[in-house]
Amino acid sequence: MTHNEIPLHKKSIAALSAMLQQGTVTSVALVELFLERIHQLDPQLNSFITVIPEQALQQARAADQRIAAGTSGPLTGIPLAHKDIFCTEGIRTSCASRMLDNFIAPYDATVVNRLHAAGMIVLGKTNMDEFAMGSSNETSFYGPVRNPWDVTRVPGGSSGGSAAAVAAGLVPAATGTDTGGSIRQPAALCGITGLKPTYGRVSRYGMVAFASSLDQGGPLARTAQDVALLLGAMAGFDERDSTSVDRPVENYAQHLSGSVDGLTIGVVNEHFGEGLDSNVAARIESALREYERLGAKIRRISLPHSALSVPAYYVVAPAECSSNLARYDGVRYGYRAEGPSSLEEMYKRSRAEGFGAEVKRRIMIGTYALSAGYYDAYYLKAQKLRRLIGEDFNSAFASVDVIMGPTSPTVSFKLGEKLADPVTMYLSDIFTIAVNLAGLPAISIPAGFVDGLPVGLQIIGNYFDEARLLNVAHQYQQVTDWHEQAPPGFE
Amino acid sequence: MEWEVVIGLELHAQLATKSKIFSGAATAFGAPPNTQACAIDLGLPGVLPVLNGEAVRMAVKFGLAIQATIARRSVFARKNYFYPDLPKGYQISQYELPIVSGGLVEIDLEEGETKTIRITRAHLEEDAGKSLHEDFHGFSGIDLNRAGTPLLEIVSEPELRSAREAVAYMKKMHSLVRYLEICDGNMEEGSFRCDANVSVRPRGNPTFGTRTELKNLNSFRFVERAINYEIDRQIDTLENDGHVVQETRLYHPDTNETRPMRGKEEANDYRYFPDPDLLPLVFDDGYVASVRRSLPELPDAKKQRFREQYGLSAYDARILTATRELADFFEATAAAAGGEAKRAANWIIGDLTGILNKSGTAIAASPVSPKMLAGMIRRIADGTISGKIAKEIFEAMCHGKGDADTIIERQGLRQVSDSETIERIIGEVIAAHPEQVAGYREGKHKLLGFFVGQVMQRSQGKANPKQVNERLKSRLNESD
Repeated sequence: MTHNEIPLHKKSIAALSAMLQQGTVTSVALVELFLERIHQLDPQLNSFITVIPEQALQQARAADQRIAAGTSGPLTGIPLAHKDIFCTEGIRTSCASRMLDNFIAPYDATVVNRLHAAGMIVLGKTNMDEFAMGSSNETSFYGPVRNPWDVTRVPGGSSGGSAAAVAAGLVPAATGTDTGGSIRQPAALCGITGLKPTYGRVSRYGMVAFASSLDQGGPLARTAQDVALLLGAMAGFDERDSTSVDRPVENYAQHLSGSVDGLTIGVVNEHFGEGLDSNVAARIESALREYERLGAKIRRISLPHSALSVPAYYVVAPAECSSNLARYDGVRYGYRAEGPSSLEEMYKRSRAEGFGAEVKRRIMIGTYALSAGYYDAYYLKAQKLRRLIGEDFNSAFASVDVIMGPTSPTVSFKLGEKLADPVTMYLSDIFTIAVNLAGLPAISIPAGFVDGLPVGLQIIGNYFDEARLLNVAHQYQQVTDWHEQAPPGFE
Repeated sequence: MEWEVVIGLELHAQLATKSKIFSGAATAFGAPPNTQACAIDLGLPGVLPVLNGEAVRMAVKFGLAIQATIARRSVFARKNYFYPDLPKGYQISQYELPIVSGGLVEIDLEEGETKTIRITRAHLEEDAGKSLHEDFHGFSGIDLNRAGTPLLEIVSEPELRSAREAVAYMKKMHSLVRYLEICDGNMEEGSFRCDANVSVRPRGNPTFGTRTELKNLNSFRFVERAINYEIDRQIDTLENDGHVVQETRLYHPDTNETRPMRGKEEANDYRYFPDPDLLPLVFDDGYVASVRRSLPELPDAKKQRFREQYGLSAYDARILTATRELADFFEATAAAAGGEAKRAANWIIGDLTGILNKSGTAIAASPVSPKMLAGMIRRIADGTISGKIAKEIFEAMCHGKGDADTIIERQGLRQVSDSETIERIIGEVIAAHPEQVAGYREGKHKLLGFFVGQVMQRSQGKANPKQVNERLKSRLNESD
């Protein structure tokens, strides 16, 4: 198949960008194409909460003018979707919650600002688990998102709408957020590429907080190259986020030519134990052999505390969430219960009616963990575990360049399959959570299929080693075509 | 039984920064509701706090002024509770690791005695908004202008032993924060607030009694009254075999009593934990040293210097150093009065303070400038005018009649010191009052005052009183 035979909606951002610059396509044409695909195909997926055709076309016309005037950049005119957790001025930001169903922010998130400044065209806001709490995108107030590879299955979560939309070719790229795997796990389950940057690399300003010390925004796209382009535009110090790191942003897209010959890949013994689907394990082993063929060395390593990452996470994240979500009280904005007879009733009913079951569960867990008398036993202990988990990674990175393993222990599961059993659901993040606790960057890339469902390979890097991660991912995508596959019915 | 009173104060000083502690919104008082509240103050989704460096600098200044330990690493924590004027559902404060800990101040008691009070800690936090319960017909209004205003909470050890000591401590702190220019000290506007923890115990008992926390103490007078009421109430309760309940009580100035606040406030478990949106506050010795260099002369040091440099009494020195403005006024006057420091002190503490208090004028807006006051003092010192005439001139200066020399010239108030004139007037007075002269000569020496009065009257107050005294005595004692 020659390059030109690939339909526009399956092309990479890099390819679309080249066509825009050459004048073989316009931004308006691209926007119209993707809006039409959303219109035609999204009813099967429910990956968008809000679509904004008029604004998108208006922006596209402006982009075409910039391209014609020669004042454009590599992302100018490229369509994009934002996870509905990023505040967008004048456009509803619901966080997939009834609580914010009526909320329109008077400001843009820094990520939104920066991608806008880079010339990208926002088509709409994608569906997600409510307040990013979930691993299957089933907790959304707007209904579950379906996996384009099998619409009876989940796309993963919480950035399930973004992943499904990119996988189905409804948009070339989307933003996501990752608190415990919410970019990587849906990227894996939908067969696309998703990066969670180092904590502090991308500003959290205007990104609705779930667990502040873990949340990190990042891009989802089809290829590592596209993700590199997007990260370059999203990343960087922001004086409005005290936890963002003042450190220059590399030109990630220009660091994709390095060889992996001589690269030392750490493979974690603990990742290949109980709970890992054997077919998924086989795909990962196969990907590792591919890297060996490219000259990389495999080194078996141990992360002794990795089994404790799930319990540590499910104390820290709910604790922070219980406090972060206290502002949704019905007083100033958002959902307010009808006709309360007292202030207390207004609080109780607004929150009882405004939040879904999983959010309430986590608020309760977190409130409990921070309570007088339990703080030391839960929150403080979880923080200690967090340190130990970070130290495990530090010692590992003394002898390896990257760590590879499965992103998720299984391929996509059926809608409703795990919803009634939160612990089983939580275990689907077992390989991704430790990365957030340590604050490291990690990427998930497509690495094959099991029974027609995508498998994701997770590559974890050292702090601020995104350039290396992206190059290592890109080299794999140069010799494989898993990332080029499209789901049946969405080709 | 003899009871011992135990009091600790929690002071909240609003730091005089231009913008809020975690946002760029202005902090000015009195703006229309919600016009000084930005997205961050409103607690909108996704917004993040960014610490105001000026607030930190002010807290460090305070810590250095009370010889406290400045934490090289302190941590902001969230205090979680629901209240309509608390937009985020938590207040950003400091809990386990405050910026300032372990300081001390010396307070002035009566009779020139002093007492050292230890400060447990001082920490940075944000203020809440205000709930407005009037004019909303079944609703409450929320004004978030104040939300996010920086506060320094200053916690004393429970070492105060009476309401008067508590007030003396509070005044000392009030003076200190204004010296440091970190708080405007305006108690009516709530810039400087006080909560008091009060308990009593049998004297000699090593353990503390159950305490109550008193709120709504927005003047020095209310602090004293509320604490005294509470002491009496607690002793009364205990002596009638009752128990003091640990609770928060509100002071009601109209009835001069304290009443419990509704109990629900007490059930709060604040679930403090480090705020993940803010990095720990870390600074090095260089930063602390630079803040130290910016410290002004503090009240105690100034007081000591005033005693030594100007030879003032402890009392005068204390009064004059109560505020930086007053102290500066005094020093400017003393300097311009050419060494007449004691006279300057007397005039400032006496007449000037009198007229300022009467009209409610701040020293900075005094109608008499240090230069004018000094000009008058110089005329007293060189004998141009008497102290009595000076009072007249001072009065005239207050009413904008110009400086002392102008008034003296215009109204011919120059003191009469030439002996010829004085002798002539004395002669007239003696001649006019033969009976009194006889009485004096028979030993009624109290009559001297009468003669002085007569002479001064005839000279329209301008005769040099010292000369009049001497000459009168001499003339009256002469036998005819």
